Amino acid sequence: MRDVAVIGVGMTKFGELWRSPLRDLFAEAAADCLTDAGIERSQVQSAYMGCMTSGLFNGQEHLAAILTDYAGLSPISATRVESACASGGVAFRSAWLEVASGASDFVLAGGVEKMNDGADATYCLSTAADQEYEVYHGVTFPGLYAMIARAHMHKYGTTREQLAHVAVKSHRNGAQNARAQFPTEINLDTVLNAVMVASPLGLFDCSPVSDGAAAVLLAPAEVARDLGKPVVKILGCGHATDAIALHDRQDLASIPAVKAAGDQAYAMAGVKPQDIDLCEVHDCFTIAELVCLEELGFFPRGEAAAATVDGATGLEGTIPVNTSGGLKSKGHPVGATGIAQIVELVEQLTGRSAKRQVKNPRLAMAQNMGGSGGSSTVHILEVSS
Amino acid sequence: MISPRYHREIPQRYRLEAGKCTGCEEIHFPPRVICRQCGCREFTTEVLPTRGKVLTYTIVEIPPAEFDSQKPYVNAVVELTNGVRLTCMFAEAPPDEVDIGTEVELVFRRLQSGREWEVLQYGYKAQVV
Repeated sequence: MRDVAVIGVGMTKFGELWRSPLRDLFAEAAADCLTDAGIERSQVQSAYMGCMTSGLFNGQEHLAAILTDYAGLSPISATRVESACASGGVAFRSAWLEVASGASDFVLAGGVEKMNDGADATYCLSTAADQEYEVYHGVTFPGLYAMIARAHMHKYGTTREQLAHVAVKSHRNGAQNARAQFPTEINLDTVLNAVMVASPLGLFDCSPVSDGAAAVLLAPAEVARDLGKPVVKILGCGHATDAIALHDRQDLASIPAVKAAGDQAYAMAGVKPQDIDLCEVHDCFTIAELVCLEELGFFPRGEAAAATVDGATGLEGTIPVNTSGGLKSKGHPVGATGIAQIVELVEQLTGRSAKRQVKNPRLAMAQNMGGSGGSSTVHILEVSS
Repeated sequence: MISPRYHREIPQRYRLEAGKCTGCEEIHFPPRVICRQCGCREFTTEVLPTRGKVLTYTIVEIPPAEFDSQKPYVNAVVELTNGVRLTCMFAEAPPDEVDIGTEVELVFRRLQSGREWEVLQYGYKAQVV
C-alpha cells in the first residue's frame, strides 16, 4: 500500500436548490475539484460517488454512469457507493483503496444528494433503518436519535440545554461558511423553544433536508509532492458496521461502529485523540455529535455535553468540532456529507478557511455515519509543507 | 405494502415467534438464518413473553404520513422478561407515566391503515401495565 493524498476539493452551496438537477450538482462539484487540483479531466482514471437514495428522491438510478457522463469524465470506471448517510465516507475510502493499491493514480471521490425534489424525505431517510422491525412501528430518524438521547440523559444526566449548546455552536461556525444552508447564528432560546419533532429533540436539534454535492481528488502522495502545494495525506482510514436496528445494540447510549472505525483509523495513523487538531463529526442530530465525540475518545463517556457548554468544541476550544457548521448549519445532503467533511478539513489544513480558520492545524479527523449507527467511517488527514 | 411481504412476517407480528439457536440458545427476534453469536444455522421456534420494561422512548410529534392519524405517539425500545429487545409503539396516546423502566405488556393492535388498496397492517404494541 502506498501513501495517498487529497490534491483537490470542490463543493456546491448546500440548501434547497430547486433550479439545480442532481446531475448538475455533481458535475459542478467535480469540475471545481479538478480546477482546484490543477488536473485535466483526461487524467482522472476512476470515480466513486456516494449517494444514499436517488432512486427514491429523484427516481434516478444507474447513477455512476449518468454522473460521470455529465461531469465530462466518461468512459472512465465509475462506481456508486451506498451506505445511507455514510455513503460519502465509504466512497472516499473506496477511492483511497484504489490509489493506495496502485491500481490508479488519479481517482475522484464524490458525493451527492438532491433531497428536495418532491419525494417524502422522512420516508426516504427511514429506509436507512430496519424497515420491518423499526419503520413498520412508526419509527422516524429523529425518533431513533431521540431514543439515543433519552438513554444518554438517563445514564449520564445530559440535558436538553446541553444539547442546545451543540446547535448554537454549529450555527456560530456555519455563519462564517458561505456554502452553508443556514449561515445564521442562533441562541439557546431558539433551540429550546422550537417545535418538538420527537422528544427530547426539537426542530433545531435536527439537521435539515438539503441538496448539494462535494468532490475531492486523490493521488499518490509522491505525485502530490510535485504539485508545489502543501500535501494533505490520508494518514488513517477506518470503516465499521453494526446492527442497523437500535434495539440490537447492548448500550443504547452508545454507537459502537463509530468507536470501531475510530480505533482502526487511530491505529493506522499511529496517533491518539489528543493529537487531533480539529474534527468534523456526523451531527445529524445534536445528540449524535456528543455520542460520536465520546466514541472517538475526545471526552470520557458522559462528559462531551459539559465540555461543549464550556466551549471545548468551539473554534478556540481544545478540539474544534464541525468548524464548517456541521450537518446542522451547513446542511446534510446525505450522500455528499462524508465528502463535504473532507473538503472542510483540507481547506482548514491548508489555511483556506478565512474567518473560521483554526490556528495552524496539522492533524484533522472526519467521522461519517450511516443510519442510527449501522455504519461509520473515520479518516485522519495530515498536512505537511 | 403488498401481501407477500406482509404475510411472511405474520408469525413474528401476530404470534411473537422468535428463533432459538440450538447451538448457544441465543434467542433472535426476528428469527435469523445464521446465529449472530455462534454462527449456528439450526433453530427452534420460541414464543416471546409479552411482559417487559421500557429501555428508552420518544414521543413522535412529526410522523411519516401513514402514521399521521395516530400522532403524537410513543415509540420505545422494550426489553422483554427473557432479555429479548424490540421496538414498538404504545397502544395509547402518550401516557403521563411513561419513563425508562416503565413496565409494559405487548398487545395485538392495528398499526397502519396503509392506502385503500393495501392490506390492513397489524402487529404488537405496548401498553402500560
